[in-house]
This record gives sequence, C-alpha cells and structure tokens, in this order.
Amino acid sequence: MKRWRTRLLWLLVPVSAIVLAVAVSSLVLLSIGESPVDAFRSMFRYGTQANSVASMINRAVPLFVAGLAVAIGFKMNLFNIGVEGQYRIATLLAAAAGAAVTLPAPLHIAFIMLVAMVVGAAWASIAGVLKVKRGVHEVVSTIMLNSIATGLVAYLLANHLRKPAAGSELLIATPQIPPSGQLGPLTQLGGEDLRSFLLLAIVLGVAVYVLIWRTRFGYDLRASGINPDAARVSGVDPNKMIMRTMLLSGAIAGLIGMSDLFGFFHAYTLDVPTGIGFDGIAVALVGLNHPVGIAIAALVFGWVDRAAQILDLQGVPKEVIIITKGVIIFSVVIAYEIVRRLVLSQEVKTAAEETRRLEEEKETVAA
Amino acid sequence: MSWGEVDTGLTPAVGAETGRRLDARRVLLLLGFVIVLLSGVRWITAAPDLTSSGTYGAALRLAVPILLAALGGLYSERTGVANIGLEGMMILGTWFGAWGGWQFGATWGVLLGILGGTAGALVHAVATVSFGVNQIVSGVAINLLAAGVARFLSVVAFTGAGGGATQSPQVTSTLPRITVPVLAGGSFFGWESPDVLGWLERQHWFLVSDVSAMFRGFMVSLSILTVITLLLVPVTYLFLWRTRLGLRMRSAGENPWAAESLGVRVYTMKYIGVLISGALSGLAGAFLVMETAGIYREGQTGGRGFIGLAAMIFGNWRPTGALAASGLFGYTDALNLRSDPAVHALVLVAAIALVGLGAWYLYRRRFIGGSVALVLGVLAFVWFALTDSIPRQFVFITPYVATLIVLAVASQRLRMPTYDGITFRKGEQIS
Repeated sequence: MKRWRTRLLWLLVPVSAIVLAVAVSSLVLLSIGESPVDAFRSMFRYGTQANSVASMINRAVPLFVAGLAVAIGFKMNLFNIGVEGQYRIATLLAAAAGAAVTLPAPLHIAFIMLVAMVVGAAWASIAGVLKVKRGVHEVVSTIMLNSIATGLVAYLLANHLRKPAAGSELLIATPQIPPSGQLGPLTQLGGEDLRSFLLLAIVLGVAVYVLIWRTRFGYDLRASGINPDAARVSGVDPNKMIMRTMLLSGAIAGLIGMSDLFGFFHAYTLDVPTGIGFDGIAVALVGLNHPVGIAIAALVFGWVDRAAQILDLQGVPKEVIIITKGVIIFSVVIAYEIVRRLVLSQEVKTAAEETRRLEEEKETVAA
Repeated sequence: MSWGEVDTGLTPAVGAETGRRLDARRVLLLLGFVIVLLSGVRWITAAPDLTSSGTYGAALRLAVPILLAALGGLYSERTGVANIGLEGMMILGTWFGAWGGWQFGATWGVLLGILGGTAGALVHAVATVSFGVNQIVSGVAINLLAAGVARFLSVVAFTGAGGGATQSPQVTSTLPRITVPVLAGGSFFGWESPDVLGWLERQHWFLVSDVSAMFRGFMVSLSILTVITLLLVPVTYLFLWRTRLGLRMRSAGENPWAAESLGVRVYTMKYIGVLISGALSGLAGAFLVMETAGIYREGQTGGRGFIGLAAMIFGNWRPTGALAASGLFGYTDALNLRSDPAVHALVLVAAIALVGLGAWYLYRRRFIGGSVALVLGVLAFVWFALTDSIPRQFVFITPYVATLIVLAVASQRLRMPTYDGITFRKGEQIS
C-alpha cells in the first residue's frame, strides 16, 4: 500500500512537468499572438501520421543511446558532461575506419561499432584518469574535453580524414562507407525509412538494464552512487569504479552517432547532428536514469521535434518547442527534488512509527 | 576538489590556503620573464605581431568577455554555487544587448544585456538554492534553455526587421572610446597629442619597443566597458575580501552550516552571488555585441562562458588569477586572429618556457616533473623547426588544454571554496 503511494508520487514528476511545459508554451504562443489550441492541434494531427512515427523513432534512437550513456554516470554520481565530445570524435573516427576497410557485412558493422566504442571509451578515460590520479573533477575536465574534441574533429576532418576532392565537389566529408558497412531500413512507414539500428538500441537498453540492476557490478555501481562511504567499506574500490563507469559511459556514448551513420549519412559530414550529447543529459534527467524512462523521454523529445516541423508552415515559429523542452527539463528536476524530499520524510516517519510500535510491544511483553 | 561529493570528516578552517601561494612579487617576476622571452623570440623569428600594440590591444579586447565570465563564476562559486550556466547567461546577454541596442541605443543595450544575464541567473538561483536541484544539472539546463530562448526570440523579433532567425539588425549607436593622450596619441580638447609609445614601438629596439607596444596596446581606443571590466578586478577583491557582506558571501561557500549558526542568511548570500554572476555574464554578452559587429549572431559567444569558467579555475578562484588567465587566453586568441607566423613563433616561446621549467625542476630535484617538461620542450622545439605554420584548430583548443594541464599538475595547489557545488538546505545537517 505504502509502496503504491510512493510510486504514484513519482509518477507526478513527469506528469506535472508535461502539464507545466504545455502551460508555459501556451503562454509564450499567446504572447506572440498565436493560438496555442490551433498549434497543438496541428502538431497532433501531423505528429500522428505514419511517416511522422518513423521520423520520431529515428530521432529518438540517438537520444536514447545518449541518455543511457549519461545515466550510467549519474547512477554513481558521476557527471559525464563529456558525452558530446565522446560521440563526435567516436563517430568521426569510426566513419573513417569503416571506409578504410572491406569486410563481410555483419563483421563490417561490428567493426565500425567496435571502433566507435573504443574511441568513445578512450576519450572518456582521459577524464577518468584525471579524476582518479589527479583529483580533477569530471565536470570541469569533460567540459574542457568537449571543446578540445570539437577542435580536434575539425582539424582531423579538414587535414587528414577528408575524402580527396573529386572535380568541383566541395563537400567536406570522410570517404563513403561501402554497402557492407551500411544498414538498410527495417521497414518503411508512410514512405519514411525506419532505421534498423533501432533493434540494436533496444538490445543495448536491455543490456544496460541487466548490467546495472541485475549484476554484482551494477549493484556496486548504484551503491557507490547512493552512499560512497558504505560502498567503500563493503569492499568496492572507488577509483576502479570511477574508471569502469567512465569507460562504459564513453563506450555507449560512442554509439550515439551509429544510427545516422549506418542508416543515412554513410560518412562523417558537417551535417552529422551535433548537440545530442547535451540533449542526452536532458533525456536521462527526464527519464529518471532508468532505461524505460529514458526510452519514453527520448520518444517524447523525438516526437516534439518532428511534430513541431509543421508549425513553420502555419506561420508559428517552431523554435517555441526548444522552450517547451527547457521547461520540461527544469520542471522535472525541481519536481524530482520535491518528491524525493517528500518520500524521504515519509520514510523517516514510517521508520519512527515502526520503532515506537516495536518499543511498545517490548514494553507490553516485559510487563 | 568537491563539486558533488565531499569528505565530511574534516573541513579546513575558513580562508586556510594549502600549498605555496603565488604572491605579488613572484607574479611580477614571472611576468617580467614572459615579456623578456616574448621580446627575444620576436627578435629571433622576426614575427612582429608577437609583441605589437595591435596584438596587445586585440588581446585585451578578447580577454574582456572571458574575464567578465570568470569574475561572474567567481562570485557564484565563492558563495558555494557551481555555475556552468555562464555560457547560457552570456548568450542571453548577447541577445538582449543587441535587441536593446537596436531599439534604444548602445547604453540601453548594455543595461538590458546585464538584465538578460541576470534573468538566466535567477532561474539558476531559484532551482539550486530554493529547490536544492543539483547545480550541474541546472547549469546544463540553463545552457540548453538560453540557446533556445535566444533562437525563439530572434525569430519573433528580428525576422522581417533587418535580421533573421540567427542574426539581429545593427545596434543604432556606439559606446564612447578612450585613447590616452600624450602617451598613445589621443586628442586632448581638440589638440592632437604626440604618440610617444607609438614612436618607441616603431624603433624596434629589443625589449624597449616591446614593452612600449604593450602599454600602448592597453591605451589605444579603449571601450568604456573595457575600463569598467578592468576596474572590476580590484573592486571584486575589495568587495569579497574586505567588506562584511563579502565575508558573509564567502562563508556561505566555505561552510554554510557554520555561517548559518552565526546568523548569516546563507540563501540570500547565495542568491546575491548567483545574480551577480549572471549580471557579469550578461555584460560579457553585451560587450561581444557592442565590440564586434554591433549585431547579435547565433553562436557568437563561441564557448567563452566555458573559457571563463576555465579562467576562474586556472586563476584559483581569485580575481587577480582570473585576470592573468583571461589575459593569457585573450593573447593566444589575438595572435590567432592577427597572423600565422606569430602563432608559429608562440611554439618557440612554449618550447623555451618548458625547457626552462624543466631545468628549474631538475635543480629542485623534482626529477619526474623535470624530465617530462624537458622532453615536452624538446618536442616543441622539433615541432617548431619542422613546420611553417600551425593549424588554427590547435590555437582554438589551447585554453582548454592549458587548463587541463594546470589542473592535472597543480590541482593540489588550487583551492576551491570548500562547499562549492554542494546543495545546502536550511536547518539540515551536513549531508
């Protein structure tokens, strides 16, 4: 019964966030003289078309992977702000490596993913080593590493990994990955490809769930996050834990760009989306660091992105949805904090009542 | 370093500094060495831009927004609130600065820019101080939100009015500029005064010309905002370290529980610190608008909020340190803007500095650090000898790499406010 009430309280977090976000966006729309009802109605109508569903899922997959990468760090109080840099450098090098080799199809895909994971983990390990060996806080080092990655990607792409210019072509991109390193669409919905990396992302989500909630390692990781001192006393080496978590988070971050790479771009170009690492932080927060929650949050963000495309055609600036997303993030973190305190005080109260009952029982027995 | 987790066993006393501190004499000595080194390399490599007054002027101009963000971060973190939302607050400063400047003129633009940054800071303060949201999380969210708000407002306000979704119309007026008379050739009540330092600079004498160029660079065509920003360095020191309010603000970052027990209103102190940080970041944004093209452009801040954060850490959470770090970052930026040979010559400067550092370490019997510095120095020499120019991207990443190295090498000597980044709840025990 108590447990049930706590769950209901937790459910309040996303619900209140969405209600608040809709309210604030409506106010913003009203303030520029647009009708929120019309805007939301057309978003809903456009967003439920079959091709929009495919687009929503395609947009959600990288966000989901990014959310997983961030959440693993969050679970042990490690703030991997560097997911952004990790996936960008991993995508670039994986694309270049994938174009440089010829392998049978499944092996080629596996090879590209392996390169991406190794590069992502290696880039993340810099922050891990700095924290473990030199006590540099990971937030600071990963912020610096993000900017360094941006510069490094630009340098490598322009000077070393760029496809030799053919004729008058000015495209700045790595060479094309051969078909054995591409993934065809899973199916088509309303003419829009549904990219097949979705299946791998689902496998990844399940794997992360099992690893974090069903293994010894995951238990240690979560324990280190909740109470580092208790974890240390129970025999968990905090430094090893930091390194492992950072490597794991970086390896997953390396996979963020794979859906777009395998299913659409087949090369690293300047059009490969950036900023997904930061969006991943938002997705992990809104999804409360659980794979199921992250999946839902990623789908919501993907849907909002897609559905908003119709707004421009109606003369409403679609940028309003960036504000919507921002409000969602802030209301989730604030509501989460409030509910956490409520639950905590509830637990303290329950424990106090329980203790009193036991003491009274003891007294009755003694009498 | 804390920022999220903290050892609750022992806390050092307020103001206790660990490690050897850099006092004023040492800093001046170091500065002297750097100036002589730069003059020498300028002499050898014939890269005049290494020490020209134009470079120094540009360095100062580029350092100002970084310094403002760093000072902003300093106010916030001294009261115990980590602020990685500086970048977002600066973005709001650029937008509101440009909008205000376009609507009402430059002065109003600056004021509105400050207000815009402060608005972003208010969100950060409400979330982190009043609601106890994790400070890193809130900072990240502010950066995302600010970029979105700026884009949205641009679409609403600028499209069809001479701007667009990513750009504003021109600001309608400019801010006054100052050139010091006699020394740098400014006019004085209509009288064109001589340019003494400029004449000295043109003689290309070793050291004399270089030093003159440096001073001249700091005196020609200064924006009024630059002067204000430079004044903010001593003002910040006096305010935080020599006034009662400043002491209370710092106590909120060093040990909020002790401060609370002594009757300090910790929440209020934190609010003040965070709001000032937003105001300064907003001013930095407005400065970028007024000093560059007179317009807002998306991505104009270019990560300067993060560089400001780096400068604050680099400067050991002190105003003078922030000034030195911002100056260094501004200087490398300026060289990058002005000429390729000068950037190339900078590698030689780094090589000599590293070899010198290595020799000093070996003399002090610190063999590991010494040999690492020596090897790096020799590698830099080889790099300098074998190349003609340096990719621009490398200059872009210099501040970040420098900060990482400083943190890795000197993190024991840096001392952040003890409870920086820790959520404080009124009436609760140390958690």
